[in-house]
Amino acid sequence: MTSFEFIETSMEENGIAVIYLNRPRQLNSLNRKMVSEIVAAMEDYDRDENVRVIVLAGVGRAFSAGADIDEMTGDDPISLELLNQFADWDRLGLIKKPIIGAVKGFVFGGGFELALSCDLLISASGTQFSFPEVGLGVMPGAGGTQRLTKLAGRTKAIEWLWTGERISAETALTHGVINKIVAPELLMEETLKFANRLAKQPPLSLRLIKDSVNKAVDYSLYEGMQYERKNFYLLFASQDQKEGMNAFVEKRKPDYQGK
Amino acid sequence: MFETIRYEVTDGVYWLYLNRPDKLNAFIAQMNREVKDAVKAASNDEEVRCIVITGEGRAFCSGQDLSEVDENMDHGQVLRDQYGPMIKQIRDCEKPIIAAVNGVAAGAGFSLALACDFRLISERASFVNAFIHVGLIPDSGNLYYLSQLVGHAKATELAMLGEKVLAAEAVEMGLANRLIQGESWEEDVTAFAARLAALPTKAIGLIKRSLKATSTLSFEDYLEQEAQGQRIAGLTKDHREGVNAFMQKRKPVYSGQ
Repeated sequence: MTSFEFIETSMEENGIAVIYLNRPRQLNSLNRKMVSEIVAAMEDYDRDENVRVIVLAGVGRAFSAGADIDEMTGDDPISLELLNQFADWDRLGLIKKPIIGAVKGFVFGGGFELALSCDLLISASGTQFSFPEVGLGVMPGAGGTQRLTKLAGRTKAIEWLWTGERISAETALTHGVINKIVAPELLMEETLKFANRLAKQPPLSLRLIKDSVNKAVDYSLYEGMQYERKNFYLLFASQDQKEGMNAFVEKRKPDYQGK
Repeated sequence: MFETIRYEVTDGVYWLYLNRPDKLNAFIAQMNREVKDAVKAASNDEEVRCIVITGEGRAFCSGQDLSEVDENMDHGQVLRDQYGPMIKQIRDCEKPIIAAVNGVAAGAGFSLALACDFRLISERASFVNAFIHVGLIPDSGNLYYLSQLVGHAKATELAMLGEKVLAAEAVEMGLANRLIQGESWEEDVTAFAARLAALPTKAIGLIKRSLKATSTLSFEDYLEQEAQGQRIAGLTKDHREGVNAFMQKRKPVYSGQ
């Protein structure tokens, strides 16, 4: 894989790829190049048949304290529109494989939006989430208002976005923003444990389940069900469907190949 | 850098002295802040393996300094801005904290002692939930801790009647861990602190984490947290040292790592 300036990557056992945000001295604040690198790494892993699960984590004490403000101070609407930086974020939304975010410390602004772009979030206890953009006279621009609202509902989303207040991991868990809270010392261990669980599942099922679940957010129930059923039929063309059902009948553990 | 408190670090013990003896160590906003900052510094200092909070002079802490109270005061906001953050800092600390109660602990001074892990008390110590005497309610986490320590019935009595609890009675009702008699006060507190400082500090922190979780988690979630805590403890050098010392039939020497 190409070398990166602001991220680090590593391949773990069982097809688990880990992407680390790596600007610890800036608490992993996101600049545009860093986001491009994350997307490039994700797309590479998405195409690599040896990769089953992608983990996104941060080096140092924070996942990410937000966007690099210095980079934006001179911007105007036209320069931003021409730059079209958020197109990278659209590509992030097109990754088909499971993305697990391992978050800790501060998850603010753009860092929170990045976390919300993951499929599952495992959080260290003591982690704080927030959208502080309102305090700078702006608002989230990389999906924050949309993704948070769809996850937690309008009631809390608008309160948090208007006040910019910090949300504890416990509160985030209560409102369905994160999946699990673990001891900070064990964040990576527990995340990799969970990733390993997913890595044993049939990859095609995981991808088409993600595809269908994502449609549930945007489609009407009727359209969503039509869509779901096409994916269901599609899986019956896979070897893993035969393997899964045969293993069940033969009372043995299935061994999925992703074919 | 501190004015209302002073501290010294000796043999891994962080001694925090409330230092307004002429005011019986009453709280002013600055003292809330300084206690909070000191506990935070001690929490982050790897050399520190035990914290002792005690009072300079004849009192432990007499609670809020009433000369700072005027009729425009928003009592709720004072708790949110001053006392709450201080108590929360103590609760977040993963090192053992001893309240060495050398004299009266009244009002928020009582609450401060309650927020610590151990209460060692001298014969001159007493506890008063004085809030009711000025038409207020116990604050700074007081009833949260008190009801856990002495039970609902006794906590109700102490909060509503506001009667003074003397040293011997405090031990009897489970409010204090040890009553230290006579002249050996400083010596005994120092020895107790040294004993805590020599324990496997990471495991002590994990015990505190588990105990806190008993009041917030369901039993199943608690068991999961306990498993994670044991995993972390199992990775410490002190665990290896403990096992090795046992095998070699010698006394373990813990480093806190």
